[in-house]
Amino acid sequence: MIRYIGRRLLLLGPLLLGITFVSWAAIQLVPGSSDYFQSLVLQYPQITPARIAALRAEFGMDKPPLVQYLHWFWSILHLNFGYSFAYNVPVTYLIGTRALNTLLLSVTSLIAAWAIAIPLGIYSAVHQYTVTDGVLSTFAFVAISVPSFFSALLLLYAAFWTHALPLQGLQSANFDTLPWWGKILDEAQHLVLPTIALGVFSVGGLMRYMRTNLLDVLRSDYMRTARAKGLSERRVIFRHALRNAINPLVTLFGFELGGLLSGAAFVENVLGYPGLGRLVLQAVLQKDVFLVMGSLLMGSVLLVLGNLVADIMLAAVDPRIRYD
Amino acid sequence: MSQDAAAAPSAAGRLDQPRARTPLELAWRQLLRYRLAVVGGVVLVCLYTAMLLAPFLAPYALDYSDRSVFYAPPVGVHFVDARGRVHLRPFVYAYRVVDLSVPQYALDTSRTYDIRVFVRGAPYRLFWLIPSDVHLLGVDPPARLFLLGTDQFGRDLLSRLLYGSVISLLIGLIVVVITFPIGMLLGGIAGFYGGWIDNVIMRSVEVLAAFPTFYLLLTLASVLPPTLSSGARLFMISAVFSLVGWGGLARVLRGIVYGVREVEFVLAARAAGARDFSVIVRHVLPSTTSYVIVAATLTIPGVILGESGLSFLGLGVQEPSTSWGLLLAQAQSIEALTQFPWLLIPGVMIVLAVLAFNFLGDGVRDALDPRQRST
Repeated sequence: MIRYIGRRLLLLGPLLLGITFVSWAAIQLVPGSSDYFQSLVLQYPQITPARIAALRAEFGMDKPPLVQYLHWFWSILHLNFGYSFAYNVPVTYLIGTRALNTLLLSVTSLIAAWAIAIPLGIYSAVHQYTVTDGVLSTFAFVAISVPSFFSALLLLYAAFWTHALPLQGLQSANFDTLPWWGKILDEAQHLVLPTIALGVFSVGGLMRYMRTNLLDVLRSDYMRTARAKGLSERRVIFRHALRNAINPLVTLFGFELGGLLSGAAFVENVLGYPGLGRLVLQAVLQKDVFLVMGSLLMGSVLLVLGNLVADIMLAAVDPRIRYD
Repeated sequence: MSQDAAAAPSAAGRLDQPRARTPLELAWRQLLRYRLAVVGGVVLVCLYTAMLLAPFLAPYALDYSDRSVFYAPPVGVHFVDARGRVHLRPFVYAYRVVDLSVPQYALDTSRTYDIRVFVRGAPYRLFWLIPSDVHLLGVDPPARLFLLGTDQFGRDLLSRLLYGSVISLLIGLIVVVITFPIGMLLGGIAGFYGGWIDNVIMRSVEVLAAFPTFYLLLTLASVLPPTLSSGARLFMISAVFSLVGWGGLARVLRGIVYGVREVEFVLAARAAGARDFSVIVRHVLPSTTSYVIVAATLTIPGVILGESGLSFLGLGVQEPSTSWGLLLAQAQSIEALTQFPWLLIPGVMIVLAVLAFNFLGDGVRDALDPRQRST
């Protein structure tokens, strides 16, 4: 097991190298279009070309592109992600909390989605072809068809008229004056809307997978054996079928995480949630090159680590997987 | 070959069946049996027909605006007028401004305006070719036929939804047309040759898959020059989707191709001296057809969602052209959203189109590729 994890970690090296290269290349694709310093002229017409050249030299942006990349890569190895032009602070400073917020949102959505989808999927499979199954399956289809920005808008609309929940952000204005339990409660309240908006999509997909997997397992021979030896239906389903049907869902975890991170970008923008997706959007709009590259890198690191965790979890729960 | 196949079942007593059905016919019958897929297909036919006829069906032109009635609610269609008289022809009332600062409108019930059919209005070209100025529905001014209300510039939401459907519905097809040849070819090459070519292609796929798709889309869309014409922009956005999206297809196809490259008919083709490229394209890739068709029907809704998302955030389609995502972006502020909820209708259209494609795609998968069947 430890060797398996070690080998997986070793493979991460080249992958991360590729990720840094794509993060860098993505904004170089159209030459000049992501030149922050040239765009300053529009903002501040009085700025002189000499000043622009000086700024560019200060950030090392006057060198040939490939040299810039190597320079950036070298500083990443020292955990220095460069400097944000627009905010005038190190990128690391901006990304850290934002990435944690996005992770918090994704994980709460994931937990909520699993908690809802798995029981519903089981119910649907056990009651296959009943009216309830039909209704649940149709609901699952609708759920995977609703983009997260639309579900966020709908929730915003509902929350505005019911006055039940805070609409925007992650913290209230008086957050700093609250006691520690008040702070937790405050953030939890703010998390409800984005969690639902983001989770709806996953619920649909997970429900369908759970139903399909369980139906596959229920048709297998060892289920007939289990029933034949007189086990109660409850024991057959929960003890024998479920454990085998859930395993494939663990592999979905990584896939889900990618979707959640992408979906979170919308929810964050609609609900003003201070996460990585919102940061990326602001950064690309402001042509804040280092911030864009840093956020892209951070987003994919979250995803890659999530996949790694999923693989290790799968290896741990499924004895059929051999790690050597 | 079909004659041998036909002989067997009829010999077995199935005399009512004059000949064997081709696999395509079987798949089609299977598809028709799947009710939700049929519903999805019918919805899609309606949506695409409406898209083609958009300028005719839309009461107003894309750039029409009446700034005196901005944020007007949907005008109601009536049959009974204020004096209780029943009209056979549906009619509307003209808007009357109550308070422009909110804004708030009432209906002027003193006069009715019949909804007419085939009225002359703004000129347009049907199917981008035939010049015409006949619109399906219309009313006489000063009444306005704003069946779904207006936006902040007094533009008719229904007309803009119809015009916007062109981009929203076409982009999925365009992206499939660009992505699939690339993904099929690269997947085919990787699976067919193996070795270092396989390694390079598959490692690139892995790197692409390591990014949250939307972050990459966002970044790539943001570097598109703002000066592009709307047609060029649509093409560039499609190119961005293809650049990000070819990987998943290539990976699966590589697996399938890897499995068939040692099969007799491939070996025979190679032994007969066919060039590698023609072996891949003419002998190996056809065995992936059913997977490709299924993947295509399920890729389109994803692209529709992606384009809506980009446009929603202001990085996709730009004014003056429009798409459903861009129309929904007008509902982004809490004030607009809560006071003028009809601005959410474009979102309903997105859900409808995506849902229809998902229904259809699921049915197509069941019909063509029973191994992947989701029961």
